[in-house]
Amino acid sequence: MKKTSNRQTWYYAAVIVISYAVVTILLKGNLLNRQYTSLLVPIAVNIMLAVSLNLVTGFLGELTLGHAGFMSIGAYTGALISLNLGKTEVLPAPAAFALALLCGGLMAALFGFLIGVPVLRLRGDYLAIVTLAFGEIIKSVINSMEITNGARGLSKIPLYSNYTNYTVVFIIMVLTVLAITNLMNSRDGRAIMSIRDNDIAAESIGIKISHFKVKAFVFSAFFAGVAGVLYAHNVGLLKPGTFDYNKSIEILVIVVLGGMGSIRGSVIAAVILTVLPELLRGTDNLRMLLYAIVLIAMMIFNNSKIKEGLMMNRTFRKLGKKEA
Amino acid sequence: MALLEVKNLGISFGGLKAVDGFNITIEEGQLYGLIGPNGAGKTTVFNLLTGVYRPTLGTITLDGKNLVGKGPAEICKSGVGRTFQNIRLFGKMTVLDNVKTALHNRVGYSELSCFLHGPVYRKKEQEMTDQAMDILKVFDLDRDADTLASNLPYGRQRKLEIARALATNPRLLLLDEPAAGMNPNETAELMDTIRLIREKYHITILLIEHDMKLVAGICEYLTVLNFGTELASGTPAEVLNDPKVITAYLGE
Ligand SMILES: Nc1ncnc2c1ncn2[C@@H]1O[C@H](COP(=O)(O)OP(=O)(O)O)[C@@H](O)[C@H]1O
Ligand SMILES: [Mg+2]
Repeated sequence: MKKTSNRQTWYYAAVIVISYAVVTILLKGNLLNRQYTSLLVPIAVNIMLAVSLNLVTGFLGELTLGHAGFMSIGAYTGALISLNLGKTEVLPAPAAFALALLCGGLMAALFGFLIGVPVLRLRGDYLAIVTLAFGEIIKSVINSMEITNGARGLSKIPLYSNYTNYTVVFIIMVLTVLAITNLMNSRDGRAIMSIRDNDIAAESIGIKISHFKVKAFVFSAFFAGVAGVLYAHNVGLLKPGTFDYNKSIEILVIVVLGGMGSIRGSVIAAVILTVLPELLRGTDNLRMLLYAIVLIAMMIFNNSKIKEGLMMNRTFRKLGKKEA
Repeated sequence: MALLEVKNLGISFGGLKAVDGFNITIEEGQLYGLIGPNGAGKTTVFNLLTGVYRPTLGTITLDGKNLVGKGPAEICKSGVGRTFQNIRLFGKMTVLDNVKTALHNRVGYSELSCFLHGPVYRKKEQEMTDQAMDILKVFDLDRDADTLASNLPYGRQRKLEIARALATNPRLLLLDEPAAGMNPNETAELMDTIRLIREKYHITILLIEHDMKLVAGICEYLTVLNFGTELASGTPAEVLNDPKVITAYLGE
């Protein structure tokens, strides 16, 4: 048992080092044109969004459609901090950005808590509808507030996390994925999954259901908020309309295609589905068609004998073993 | 003082009195049987004892402490563990993790350790794994530790439910038709295991069964339930010869 977990650690370390090396070589060697360098941060942001949504949808088993709402809270909070503290040089840039990341995450987590407590008593479809409404309400509120500059949005946000600072983005993304992977392999993670599998049984062994539901929601919102901060400091401008339900559904599609409750799947699907639209850009009117075909292909692969076969294969199984 | 004392317990579902005026007193260390035909209200009694339902009437005390009004998680912490008639495992989790989840309130570490996996995490997780494996060994489930619970054969799923309930360290263990769906060999083996865990873990067991012969062979004391009310109580010999019981069972 100990051996596999050691091998697991090495495997993760290797994947992290290799991905970082690949990105570095591509960038330093000028192997990517502008179109693709601009995708690097969105890939990381989508990985973080998908993995954090998976915590609630895949591991806790609750369908929510308001994930973009948490992202926007993080994005605006972080952007306002760097505009007011970083840009005016009250704080040095790294300190301002660190504060933006922390506050963006915490603010989103606070909202996760505030809406989680009443909303998580709802079941299934009702929860989906209420979280969908939450996302839209956040959008309207941001749209009408003065501090967020209403519909015109925020601009000239310092580009602390654009692709030239890819190391910082990479580290934050890796920390997020590791944090959620670790959480799911802990006592709290087991409590969360036990609620998904059978809530009555979970209660019967002393798991407090509402406690862990809210916890999962808060952690998920926190990381979505941090992802939002990275997003804001990559593009430099924010508009309320960016964070509508389409974005929430886009993230949900990544989670579903990657596999509910599979962190590795979320990461892979996030990369593919972020790059894919760009790859298809040249094909113009065939684009949506090809996009749909890839989605269907991924879905079929997910439920196929090919994947099952790969998972039965000894080496693959070892790699996948500790995956929660 | 008795370990479990239930007085005048009752609940109705929209006019139907599923349990009515039910009494039971279980002493520490007893292996007690609750029997009765299908639909008699046995499972409902378990749901009342474990806080799944709130009784409309009556009192429940465990070691003198009131249980009425407490939720299932709290009642578990007070020392009542249970299994379910229709198996409720954590299907997408491994056999080992099913049991480790039940150790949640017994072996703890901080929130931070959940994320960081430092030395404390490793030590406590190892402790949980060791404890869980010990329990699994009793049920001969240790070789299936890494199997997903839903992939276990039916008989072994039933055993895993008992193992999981035991992991919460209950003083009173409630088993709802643990032998349902098992063949005679499996049933005999299970009854031996139940006797064994009572000795090994020094617990009190209340067992539901509708097969009278099976219960009579293992329980020291029985209560017969029919249409939500107590029909008879006593030693197996007394109960099996009670004319009311014979009529109820023959008339089934
Ligand atoms: N949640 C419920 N709502 C309505 N009726 C119920 C509910 N739970 C149990 N009952 C009814 O209570 C009676 C006793 O059921 P149960 O306790 O499951 O019987 P047993 O376990 O002895 O076979 C049955 O008539 C059943 O339909
Ligand atoms: Mg029953």
